[in-house]
Amino acid sequence: MDRRGFLKTSVLVGGTAIAGKKLNAQENQNSAEFVGILVDTTRCIGCRACEVACAEEHDMFVPDVVNDGAFEQVRKTSEKQWTVVNKFETEKGDVFVKKQCMHCYQAACAIACPTEAMKQTDHGPVIWRGNKCIGCRFCMVSCPFEMPKFEYDEWNPKLQKCTMCFERLEEGQKPACVSACPTDALMFGTRVKNLEIARHRIYSYPDQYVHHIYGEHEVGGTGYIYLSAVPFDQIGFRTDLGKKAYPEYTKEFLYAVPMILFGVPAFLLGLNALADASRSVPESEFTLEFDVDKEEKKR
Amino acid sequence: MNRDVAITDSFGNLSRFLIQELKPRGPWLTPFNVISIPVILTGLGILVYRFIHGLGSVTNLTQETPWGLWMGFDVITGVALAGGAYVITFVVYVMGVDKYHGIVRATVLNGLLAYTFYGGALLIDLGRPWNAPNPYIGNSFGFSSVLFLICWHFLLYMVAEFVEFSPVIAEWLHLEKAKRVLKKLTIATVVLGITLSILHQSGLGALFLMAKPKIHPLWWSEFIPILFFVSSIYAGLAMIIVEGTISHRVFEKLIPAEHHHHFDDIVFGLAKGAAITMIVYYFFKALLFIHDKQWDLIVDGWGLWFLVEVIGFVLVPALMFAFGFKHRSLNIVKIAAVMALIGIILNRLNVSVIAFNWYADVHYFPSWQEYVVTFMVIFAELWVFRWFVTRMPVFSSEH
Repeated sequence: MDRRGFLKTSVLVGGTAIAGKKLNAQENQNSAEFVGILVDTTRCIGCRACEVACAEEHDMFVPDVVNDGAFEQVRKTSEKQWTVVNKFETEKGDVFVKKQCMHCYQAACAIACPTEAMKQTDHGPVIWRGNKCIGCRFCMVSCPFEMPKFEYDEWNPKLQKCTMCFERLEEGQKPACVSACPTDALMFGTRVKNLEIARHRIYSYPDQYVHHIYGEHEVGGTGYIYLSAVPFDQIGFRTDLGKKAYPEYTKEFLYAVPMILFGVPAFLLGLNALADASRSVPESEFTLEFDVDKEEKKR
Repeated sequence: MNRDVAITDSFGNLSRFLIQELKPRGPWLTPFNVISIPVILTGLGILVYRFIHGLGSVTNLTQETPWGLWMGFDVITGVALAGGAYVITFVVYVMGVDKYHGIVRATVLNGLLAYTFYGGALLIDLGRPWNAPNPYIGNSFGFSSVLFLICWHFLLYMVAEFVEFSPVIAEWLHLEKAKRVLKKLTIATVVLGITLSILHQSGLGALFLMAKPKIHPLWWSEFIPILFFVSSIYAGLAMIIVEGTISHRVFEKLIPAEHHHHFDDIVFGLAKGAAITMIVYYFFKALLFIHDKQWDLIVDGWGLWFLVEVIGFVLVPALMFAFGFKHRSLNIVKIAAVMALIGIILNRLNVSVIAFNWYADVHYFPSWQEYVVTFMVIFAELWVFRWFVTRMPVFSSEH
């Protein structure tokens, strides 16, 4: 490679490295702007008003909370239900836990999406945009909480998951589930404020809570954070997900891409030049080719 | 005036020639046709049903297992098996090793068709395939997505492979001038093709980096991209041995006599290469295993399954390749090649399907429709491959 080529490559690699910084943008943002919801499971009475409010807000199937006996098993969210409340029998009595998309502050699904259909909005809520989605389901593979749900029975399937009522937030309202909660088990606010409230409750009532806020550090921090009276693995949470933000897992690979994209061709062309220089082709090899050519023509 | 006539005339000739070439040749009732035609027709029927009633109507995919046989085998395994094209073009065009020149065309054609059909298989698996152009056009670029990268690499690699193969098409159409021009593009597309291959072979592994909590720790590693890349080298080599051996039987008459003899020599060369890369790969696997202190994971069924893959279908075929090369035993080399391919299929399916969500109570198992469509893709590719080699000078040694 000549000097001009080398310069060109360096500029390109450098340029990509600068562009690559965008991957980290979320870390640099002022996280005070991020909003989220604090779930205090000690306050939840299992009325499932949030389930009803969510279904009504998003035109989905409204569950019959009085008669459907949903607490008999631990349910998952589905493509027809963005949020569910489960009952767990623990040493401190029945605990009710609301479950939905956690709205990770560095969302694996949004980083996985090849078309930015899964999108992390500026204030944290992760939304899905149908006009961009190709239905590859890589978001589902990547989400540590298995939250995006796919409509397997539709010819034109959507990815369904909680959006933290993004449209309502835009209008200055609270999410539907928060507005519906009769006991303030759900509180909407900025991440900083929610964490302060959560810590304050733990300090004020140290015997009432385990001293851990689920979502403060898990997978790099989530929009939904939880308080609990019992260890979180007893109420259906995975505690083995780690503190590392999931996009970090592919960051090294993605950073290596421009290096390989420009480094390898240079290396290959160099090898090729070396091989050409060291190779002296004997005449006889060419005669074999001609023979074969003649034979082909005969046929 | 005369010239116009000549052009119309040659155009007429060309279209007549093309129509002639598109007609089927040879006997119809061969065993391959008898098996493949019903499978392809059934597969097409399943696809029609799938596009009306949704993916769930023909597959056993669930919310917990969003990728099944179609992604795991057709795309992730299929691309590894198509790795031969970049390895051979590297050896022949970059390193200038003439020994393997005779198999370049068939290997590149295989690579081109594999990507075309596996790219096609990806479309079948997409929930909203009509949005498939989104990663390529408009403002929907997910730059930080591994899959976005793979989408682009697939497309660019197919173009590169097509340009690499295009001199054969030009030769078939008797376009001497075009052929000379196209051949000049070869080294550039080869370099591009190898680079893209390194990136998307490893990229397919990188797809699973964020699935860490879902994949059994024996199969998840932060080095999956490197493991996928290294194993794609020997997957490609083993595939050339197997595919070449079959081609030399099935298309015997199309292959010049010198090649038949020369092919054995090529196979031993490939065996040596495969032995070395497999040992390296085995070393990586062992290193990761020891480094991550996974001894206590080896005691249950998953551990045994892991040993079957890594020892039974990596170490054993690696040693067989080495033994077969040393003692000039074609049979041992060929058995080793088949075993190496099984090892690759096991590894890719383990990462993407089998050890994915390994802790689930009800594990995903493909539906019969998923199998039929998978075979449909393979058979359709073989049909097109057969069409190419019986009409174009794919096996000739002209270069």
